[in-house]
Amino acid sequence: MKKVMMGNHAISHGATLSRVQVIAAYPITPQTQVVELLSEIVADQKLKAEFIKVESEHSAMAACIGASSAGARAFTATSAQGLALMHELLHWAAGARLPIVMADINRAMAPPWTIWTDQNDSLSQRDTGWMQFYCQSNQEVLDSVIMAYKVAEKVLMPVMIVLDAFSLSHTYEIVDLPDQALVDTYLPPFDYKYKLNVNDPHTYGGLTTPDWYMEFRVKMQEAMEQALGIIKKEAVEFEKTFGRRYDPVEPYMVDDADIVLVTSGTAASTARFAVDQMRKKGKKVGNLRMRLLRPFPFADVREHLKNARKVVIVDRNISYGYHGIWAQEVKSALYGHSKVPVFNFIAGLGGRDIFPETYIDIVNQVKKMKKPDQELYWVEVKR
Amino acid sequence: MAKDRTKIDFQKLEELPPMVQSLRSMAANPTGSWRNLKPVIDLANCIHCTICWKFCPDAAIDWVDDNPVINLDFCKGCGICAEECPKKCIEMVKEGK
Repeated sequence: MKKVMMGNHAISHGATLSRVQVIAAYPITPQTQVVELLSEIVADQKLKAEFIKVESEHSAMAACIGASSAGARAFTATSAQGLALMHELLHWAAGARLPIVMADINRAMAPPWTIWTDQNDSLSQRDTGWMQFYCQSNQEVLDSVIMAYKVAEKVLMPVMIVLDAFSLSHTYEIVDLPDQALVDTYLPPFDYKYKLNVNDPHTYGGLTTPDWYMEFRVKMQEAMEQALGIIKKEAVEFEKTFGRRYDPVEPYMVDDADIVLVTSGTAASTARFAVDQMRKKGKKVGNLRMRLLRPFPFADVREHLKNARKVVIVDRNISYGYHGIWAQEVKSALYGHSKVPVFNFIAGLGGRDIFPETYIDIVNQVKKMKKPDQELYWVEVKR
Repeated sequence: MAKDRTKIDFQKLEELPPMVQSLRSMAANPTGSWRNLKPVIDLANCIHCTICWKFCPDAAIDWVDDNPVINLDFCKGCGICAEECPKKCIEMVKEGK
């Protein structure tokens, strides 16, 4: 059934169709409607779930950890400062190997106070052991929640679904709501082998000496490596079931492109529009949209960038004193595999719009250079 | 509960569960060894109200024949039971050397 809905409601419907059993969340702009709609759905008894009202995001994740440990499918959603407050428990969820799914609506970090989008909130959680899927449409958001539970429960690692504030969260698009019966065939109930059981009590997360701590970290890394294969397999499986496909990266006209723009989130759709415009004028430009941050799709990135003469990573985030964060990731994947010059542009922080013209200006600037003469370039800054 | 204290030795990664999980309940892992003060209950004044039993954060008070009994394998000597006891019949006594 096709419906017009905002990105935040696409998340709520994704969670409902996934038959989540526990929802614990604290409201924060621009995430609020996600849990608002979920609370209505639960109150109307259209979803058999516990809705736990908590006093902070730290508690929201703690409740999800408890629920997931007991074998329930747990869900939450947050943004920016809320995600930062969860930080300690993000490590706990991943280290305890709990397949929790959370939506993070990318909101720039304060100060200065802001509610608009950029990716520094989610990218700051890169090393917590959460998979991260960056979405570019409301349909992808809904589908990703369903797919996330499938992947998470297979490898026992949590997933963060990431989408841009306002340009997706509050933007209305046509979304195909899959039939519940179809979702049920794709996503079986969560059967957690290690769940808490009063008849067979165990202690979890207890003190572990240097003799064994590292082995648990090896297991997390192996799970993440395994997850990459499962995500690729599930892309095919999902397409078979629902007719829509989501690969770790999405290449657009990269094969013969001299310049490839590497982008993520809604800024990637804009980049494709700009690529079309530039192609009409005979410019060989392509786009590679990054969907996965973790596990990182090394092979796909190398494959799709192998013909490029210049790689341009446009980051809606920054690691102060270094590059944009996607630039670090992509450069690291290319090192030793390619000698292609890599340019890094920082654009659209704090929700400043990234227009097709922004990309056209970037490409024109890159065309004049053989290789970068700065570590990064700021886009449209008032100087 | 019977306390199975058989030592379990792992040899390699593959034998471990994915997360840190004790193979038995905490009953097999006594944690009371760092206590400095221990609660001593004067049962003559005890009114069997169960408040100490309810408040013990480590479930280290057993209820036996309608009396509280401190489980010294797990009691860490925090003194919450003594603080909460309405009859003040629990005294915190220094552990001997």
